[in-house]
Amino acid sequence: MNNLIKGEKHDWEMVIGLEIHAQVKSNSKLFSSSSTKFGSSPNSQVSLVDAAMPGMLPVINKYCVEQAVKTGVGLNAKINNYSVFDRKNYFYADLPQGYQISQYKFPIVGEGKVTIDFKDGTSKDIRIVRLHLEQDAGKSLHDQNPSKTYVDLNRSGVALMEIVSEPDIRTPDEAGMYISKIRSILMYLNTCDGNMQEGSLRADVNISVRKPGDEYGTRCEIKNLNSIKFIKQAINYEAKRQIEILETGGSIEQNTMLFNTSTGKTRPMRNKEEAHDYRYFPDPDLLPLEISKEEIAKIKSSIPELPDELKNKFIETYKLSNYDASVLTAEKQTSDYFNETINSDPELKNHAKIVVNWITSELFSLLNKNNQDLNNSPVSPENLGQLIKLISTNEISGKIAKDVLEEMFSSGKTARQIVDEKGLQQVTDQVEIAKVIDEVIAENPKMVEQYLAGKDKLLGFFVGQAMKLTKGKANPKMLNDILKQKLNKKN
Amino acid sequence: MSKSSLKQTLKDLDTKKISIRELNQDYLKRIKEKDNLNVFIHFSEENVLKQIDNLEKDNSAKKLKGIPIAIKDLFCTKSMPTTAASKILENFNPTYESFVTQKLLDEGSIFVGKTNLDEFAMGSATNTSFFGNTINPLSKENEPLAPGGSSGGSAAAVAADLCLGATGTDTGGSIRQPASFCGVVGIKPTYGLCSRWGIAAFASSLDQAGIFSHNVEDASILLQSIAGFDLRDSTSAKVDIPNYFENLDDDLNGKTVGIPKEYSIDGTPMEISQIWEDAIKVLEKKGVKIKNISLPHTKYALPTYYIIAPAEASSNLARYDGVKYGFRSDEINSLDEMYENTRAQGFGKEVKRRILIGTYVLSAGYYDAYYLKAQKVRKLIADDFNKAFKECDFIVTPTAPSAAFPLNEKQNDPIKMYLNDVFTVPASLAGLPGISIPFGKDKNNLPLGIQILGKHFDEQQVFNAAVSLERSYE
Repeated sequence: MNNLIKGEKHDWEMVIGLEIHAQVKSNSKLFSSSSTKFGSSPNSQVSLVDAAMPGMLPVINKYCVEQAVKTGVGLNAKINNYSVFDRKNYFYADLPQGYQISQYKFPIVGEGKVTIDFKDGTSKDIRIVRLHLEQDAGKSLHDQNPSKTYVDLNRSGVALMEIVSEPDIRTPDEAGMYISKIRSILMYLNTCDGNMQEGSLRADVNISVRKPGDEYGTRCEIKNLNSIKFIKQAINYEAKRQIEILETGGSIEQNTMLFNTSTGKTRPMRNKEEAHDYRYFPDPDLLPLEISKEEIAKIKSSIPELPDELKNKFIETYKLSNYDASVLTAEKQTSDYFNETINSDPELKNHAKIVVNWITSELFSLLNKNNQDLNNSPVSPENLGQLIKLISTNEISGKIAKDVLEEMFSSGKTARQIVDEKGLQQVTDQVEIAKVIDEVIAENPKMVEQYLAGKDKLLGFFVGQAMKLTKGKANPKMLNDILKQKLNKKN
Repeated sequence: MSKSSLKQTLKDLDTKKISIRELNQDYLKRIKEKDNLNVFIHFSEENVLKQIDNLEKDNSAKKLKGIPIAIKDLFCTKSMPTTAASKILENFNPTYESFVTQKLLDEGSIFVGKTNLDEFAMGSATNTSFFGNTINPLSKENEPLAPGGSSGGSAAAVAADLCLGATGTDTGGSIRQPASFCGVVGIKPTYGLCSRWGIAAFASSLDQAGIFSHNVEDASILLQSIAGFDLRDSTSAKVDIPNYFENLDDDLNGKTVGIPKEYSIDGTPMEISQIWEDAIKVLEKKGVKIKNISLPHTKYALPTYYIIAPAEASSNLARYDGVKYGFRSDEINSLDEMYENTRAQGFGKEVKRRILIGTYVLSAGYYDAYYLKAQKVRKLIADDFNKAFKECDFIVTPTAPSAAFPLNEKQNDPIKMYLNDVFTVPASLAGLPGISIPFGKDKNNLPLGIQILGKHFDEQQVFNAAVSLERSYE
């Protein structure tokens, strides 16, 4: 595998690490009881604590702690029995306390790893350094008034998990696969809704370049990227920028960068000298967080099957390829859908690969075209199962099945209903097919001549004509066989 | 001055010897007469009369029904503004009631007003308040004395008999030192006994609410009322609160008192060493065993305190930024300018000094040398006490190194001012309960205080020793 990128002078390798901020799925905030609902009217979900009124104190939300522990288990990570909340001090209009409560020296989750799978069947581990809990800030709204900034504190105090990777990532694609994998794990665990558009999952990307085999170069951090597309774009742009500087004899300044999503370019936000001194210290309003082994064991036992386990199970049970199985398990809704489909009829277990294809290509493309989600797919797993069974038992052809699926999608009818109503059953009667073929041969003597003279390609023409006459219902294999037989007899 | 006690007043109210209205009108009259002491930041007669009206309509029995109480203006109160003696909160009206004041309200007490303090409780003379100095009621004419601080307004309110009790907060001595200066009783309980919810924070790991009163019995009644576990404060302790008053026992026979040698400091006035000795003699007569103890890290307490408290303060006061509530400067051309001007104009000199110190000791490159080291020393100081308390039941020391000093004496010398806390700070760092009771006078007839320290959550022992000393002195 060649992960290098070409510069003007030589090849370069990217070294990438991600800090993912995942909003904890919880009804209330990390240190207050206000709601975390997205999209509510500004400042409607702000408690006295969230607004940092004088004398207000944070109280840890135990559910958020459990969610973080769950996530740690999902990341194959060490859960720390003892962790500490620290204050990260800085001033900003949407940071009411003047500090963010975070975890610095003693995070709740330590080292772990996740695996990403490539199309060629290989895979790679990305190591996790830590996961810690912290509060989100509010939002500054600069576009409401020409001369003023407004502040919305609804998000202030919402729980985030910051998941920090080692710099194990080498390409933009790996970065994308890594964040997809994390997202998938979080969604399986139900510890984050994974909604990148709403900002529930966003990432800071640390990137440097080096000549293969060299020490790590100086890195820059690109802040706050909220789509996989932007992450890849930003990495590509930033790597090129760094390479250009290095190849022209310059050196990289350790900057914090912002990515402009409309120009696709990164620009410096602040340099090392301007970097904040956050003056971390343990928050004296909160006691150290202690979680007993028993509590951790209890949380572990409540964890559902995770994508990697499920993937291995699919490979073993249905003999699927590593890649097919990883596509299927990338999102919980997909694996759930697959499970329900394949379990809807005992016959389907022998056609797992067909089931995968019908879900991941045919159904997905319909959903995409109609901007819909598998969760509210108009075609239920049972109905898709029924359709696939009709194919596998030769009752309808694959080609007709595509039309049937489209109609199932738009009308909500079952495959059986549509096939019966329209008489779409495949013609498997040899006599009937032979009759149609005779008709086609009789009507196209010139073509037959040409075919017999060696123009083999014309076979497709005869198949098409015969299919037309049967309205596509003839069993393709039988049609082919009989057609060849009859034409060859003419010879 | 013949001051009636809370205990007696409760009896008089109970036997209808006096009505709630008569009682409070008496106090209102005195409050108005003593206006020149500048005890209150907020006082509204109308508000007091309204509370009396409401209580008269209320037929339920309440423990402190009708008792006039003064509230340090660091406790957030719904019925009165809360300023922390700072310009930055000059017009701040909380929509919520602090845990401690809510408890007092639930028991039927009447809030006579919000008392003056050093700005955000930072000071030892109530002279850093945006609302001016409070004058010690014991001052002679034309020789105004400081009431101590930071809870100087509350101490003065009790000393001038403007209430039957007052709330205070003590971070490094802010209850005990002014109690000593004003000749009243002041108790700082164990850290965690009273919830900090609704008290504007100075230094979260040290701040603790407490009580001023005319005597130890009254303090024991009032402390029970404000103590208790609170889910909203993660550092609040889940302990049973005994009936301190019912359990008061001045028989100390067989107990052991610890006398720490490190509290004999060069330069301490003779009179203070004298009352300390007197107190020890009294205890000895009562059958108390005298044990000389050592608290070897005492000398590091003051510098440790003046690292930890400002560090926490620098962060706790970051929320006063002009964005959400409180004062905001008019001179704003950018967000940074808004912060700078708001905080430059909204905070006083001492607060700014401590924010700067705190910011410094937490900054990169200095954290380990200052803050982290201070935390380690704090642990050693706490260990000193833990060891000492294996050998004694309580510890007796002077409260402060001097009697009340003239109003502006140490105004321009912060170090001298900080030295006021030398005897009170160690117990604060260790989170221990401490009381100051008046015990003897200096040559100018100014009161001096004796401090009694106890084990964690052993307020009962502290009260017992205090009441025993108090009764023998009377």
